Amino acid sequence: MKKLETFGIKPHDASLKNDGQKWSIMEKLLLGLTLDQYIGQALRNKLNWLFAIIFAIGIPVILYRFVFSLGAVTHGSYDYPWGLFLGFGLFCMVPLSASGFMLGTTVEIFGRHDFEPIERLALLNGLLGYFFAVVYLLVDLGQPWRLSYPMVYSFGPAAVLFLVGWHVATYLSVQVMEVSTAFFEWIGFQRGYDFIRKGTIGLTVSGVILSTLHQGALGALFLYAPGKVHPLWYSAPFQWILFFISSIPAGLCMVISVSTIVIYTMKWRCDKRFIDNLDWITIALAKGAAMGLSTYIIMKFIAVAHDNEWAYFFTGWGAWWWFEMLGFVILPLAILSYGIRHKLVGLCRIGAFLTVFGILLNRLNTALIAFNWQLYQEIPHYLEIIIAITIFAIYIATYRFILARLPILYKFRSQAEE
Amino acid sequence: MSKITRRKFLAASAAGGTAIMMAPTKKAFAAGSFEGFPDGMGVLVDLTRCVGCRTCEAACNKEQQLPEPAKPFDDYSVFDEIHHGQKRRTTDKAYTIVNRYELKDTEEPLYRKIQCNHCNEPACLTSCFVNAYKKTPEGAVIYDSHVCVGCRNCMIACPFHIPAYTYHSVLNPVIKKCIFCYDTRLKEGKPPACVESCPQQVMTFGKRKDLMKIAHERIKKNPGKYVDHVYGEKEVGGTGWFYISNAPFEEAGFDVHLPKKPIIDNVKDFLAIVPVVLTVWPALFTGFHLLATKGKSHGHGDDHSHDEQGGH
Ligand code: SF4
Ligand code: SF4
Ligand code: SF4
Repeated sequence: MKKLETFGIKPHDASLKNDGQKWSIMEKLLLGLTLDQYIGQALRNKLNWLFAIIFAIGIPVILYRFVFSLGAVTHGSYDYPWGLFLGFGLFCMVPLSASGFMLGTTVEIFGRHDFEPIERLALLNGLLGYFFAVVYLLVDLGQPWRLSYPMVYSFGPAAVLFLVGWHVATYLSVQVMEVSTAFFEWIGFQRGYDFIRKGTIGLTVSGVILSTLHQGALGALFLYAPGKVHPLWYSAPFQWILFFISSIPAGLCMVISVSTIVIYTMKWRCDKRFIDNLDWITIALAKGAAMGLSTYIIMKFIAVAHDNEWAYFFTGWGAWWWFEMLGFVILPLAILSYGIRHKLVGLCRIGAFLTVFGILLNRLNTALIAFNWQLYQEIPHYLEIIIAITIFAIYIATYRFILARLPILYKFRSQAEE
Repeated sequence: MSKITRRKFLAASAAGGTAIMMAPTKKAFAAGSFEGFPDGMGVLVDLTRCVGCRTCEAACNKEQQLPEPAKPFDDYSVFDEIHHGQKRRTTDKAYTIVNRYELKDTEEPLYRKIQCNHCNEPACLTSCFVNAYKKTPEGAVIYDSHVCVGCRNCMIACPFHIPAYTYHSVLNPVIKKCIFCYDTRLKEGKPPACVESCPQQVMTFGKRKDLMKIAHERIKKNPGKYVDHVYGEKEVGGTGWFYISNAPFEEAGFDVHLPKKPIIDNVKDFLAIVPVVLTVWPALFTGFHLLATKGKSHGHGDDHSHDEQGGH
């Protein structure tokens, strides 16, 4: 892309061409480039080569899973019924996608329209994260074709997973609607756009409700396993609060991280409004994340105190707990706070990346590492790891595909002129 | 403005699908007060009598038409098997297994039969989001594999590590576990195959409440023989199958740290907040919205048309 820009070629960013003609869908898909130009830039991009390698290996493995059963790609463990697909795919992707409801709330509920340049990125981040969490789930379920059973056929309403299922499904549709405004703009369907915009507040509020509940519910799922999760990662009264609170910095930091990657690798797609506002927005988001993190730290210690688990601090698990807390919660908080005070965007970004890793570590700890701490440690099957990586690569590829096209990082010019 | 916002507010609550999302709580609380059927059957397992002959394993295999095991039932080397540092456990091909435990104080090892304990308030049942499990009035915990989606939450939830999964089935992987021989025997009031087969009369089949009395009597009448505890009387809300032993239960591989309350009790705190969030949040956030946007027709540099504000 950069190279093309030097030749004065601009990507498509308005509903009408310079000469007043409409863009066709094909032209839009090719970003307003000719086919040759498009293929040329795609081949120059090294990430595409990496994706090609991952897909070449990973997609056959995914097919292999569906042809030869789950047992063929995992250890088929009875003691670790949930492996990487849920441990990573569901428990990590969902908190990292909490961004949608938070920025939705900020902009639409609190009326902070100055955050608008990032709102759509946050919404998209939410939508894709949830969508791919469901993809991971489909790979993991024994009988994915029965996915709709808890919705339409056989209800187990006392189960936390029932709530998670319903909420993720409902919230996914809410998010599709929220992001669809960008899509309607892109295909030029003004009436659809207006229709959705009318319901924004309703959508946003239901987003908050659903998010509060299912982010917490993911934590509550582990309440079924009191003896299995190590006490330092388990707390009957606080588990859902901990999961909910930590999803706040998780979602915000994920947006900071994604916007950082975007500004360095896809700057051509960002408009001036996005680029100019990104620095202060990053710091503002970092502030939110820092507040979330400090609440989270306090709650963590309250949970330990409440269950009187201090003695575990002096065991190996205690050391591991401190590693997670010091390295990936307290350290990022310190970095974020310093960055905020001195208005150092770079530091805020580093803090955000660390926080994202911290969330990954926390969820993996709860779901896999500190799970069955009295039994043994399960190392996922290598095919399981390959599938997890492949789905993640598809996630990134989809993310990039959409960012490059829909008006997420930029604003449609025809709209601005209206 | 107020008219429009009220409509928005209603839309928000409707979008939350209040009715549906409320449902979990009611049902969970109903389940919480449930303490097993009064006339439910149970089995008392007296570990002091077990000699580790594995006859019950063979009987279960036959009764439940399970595949032939890798090692025959008279092969006692299975007691030395260690997987991941653990002794054997129930699998999709073996609903019950017997393990050997070396004790601290005596030379004599102790054998313990493991199968589903048919909990009064089963964790597997309450965790299942398609309600595949059922506690029958006879006391068995059975399940309907036709609705199982394969989320394996029940395996996470079972405090005794009982349910197993047929991971290697492509088209119809399902949960497998001991069903108290419900279909073939319990329904007709007959004792399960494993109980009947045991040459040592380790297991006594009967009404749970009667068996509980027998257990305590046996402990009282033989001072010094048993530890004074019936494992399963209180654990996780009480189980249909329960144990008495001459050795401390932790030495026989039992989890002695399980809560006395049913597993679902842990989850109730969370379920209790669900209706609160559903009813308070819409009002709260609509209120925030009104406060925050009061007097502001448009935000800074905002040029999306904001219909909810454009309407007044
Ligand atoms: S022992 Fe496990 S599988 Fe059996 S009823 Fe209890 S929770 Fe369910
Ligand atoms: S694996 Fe099947 S039986 Fe177990 S909780 Fe999930 S749907 Fe229910
Ligand atoms: S009760 Fe029936 S299914 Fe359960 S272990 Fe005994 S023989 Fe097997």
